[in-house]
Amino acid sequence: MNPRLRWKTRAFAAIVIFSNAFGNLSLTWGLRYGAGELTASPLSFVRAIFSPWVSLGICLLIAWMMSRMFLLSWADLSYVLPVTAFGYVLNALLGRLFLGENVTPARWAGTLLIMAGVVLVGLGNPHTGDST
Amino acid sequence: MKAWGLLAVIIAATVIADLLQSHEMKRHGEIHDFRPSGLRKVLSKLAGKRNLILAVACMAVSFFAFMALLQVADLSFAVPASAGSLVIETVLARIVLKEHVDSRRWIGAALVACGVWLLAL
Repeated sequence: MNPRLRWKTRAFAAIVIFSNAFGNLSLTWGLRYGAGELTASPLSFVRAIFSPWVSLGICLLIAWMMSRMFLLSWADLSYVLPVTAFGYVLNALLGRLFLGENVTPARWAGTLLIMAGVVLVGLGNPHTGDST
Repeated sequence: MKAWGLLAVIIAATVIADLLQSHEMKRHGEIHDFRPSGLRKVLSKLAGKRNLILAVACMAVSFFAFMALLQVADLSFAVPASAGSLVIETVLARIVLKEHVDSRRWIGAALVACGVWLLAL
């Protein structure tokens, strides 16, 4: 793989990871502290969507979706999925730091396993070219 | 119990959306032009693709279920637990999309899956 494509892949993977983690944080914050309780009524979802933090979260998640679509146009799904899984680690961290969630030792152990998996996959080639 | 039901909906909808999205984006080919005009052209071309419309519909289902899940569960549980789709997707990427998944990716994906399982405990 040429260096340009490698850097483009890394940049888009970073955008995918961060837009997803901060989008989820903003969404959770908004749903807990400003949007009111969600019920079976679609109106409660519509009301929540237009509250400021939830709106910001949705914008970031749209950025996540678009950057992920672009990334998938040249990188394999089986590469994109594990590499962007680092976002799960970031979500756990943000939950602990900003939402005061109790992240148990088992969850932190899971975080380390995910990081090991991400490093392993990230060393490979994102585009396998020939499908078998 | 409600959380696990919502999680099942999220995982099923995510798997379908990712497979459809990846299949359609591969058919489209690599995107080279990231200028606003180029992106507009790409988006208008992609907007009519049936697989992508279906993928977006599945993502919407997954998203609303995710919103409901966030109100009954921790973020540090909800996000990792929803990654249960990863193993299914890697297997389906091999079987349905005919991607070549080498042993390093299988091991990496397995480690990620084990980590996700631990995070969800």
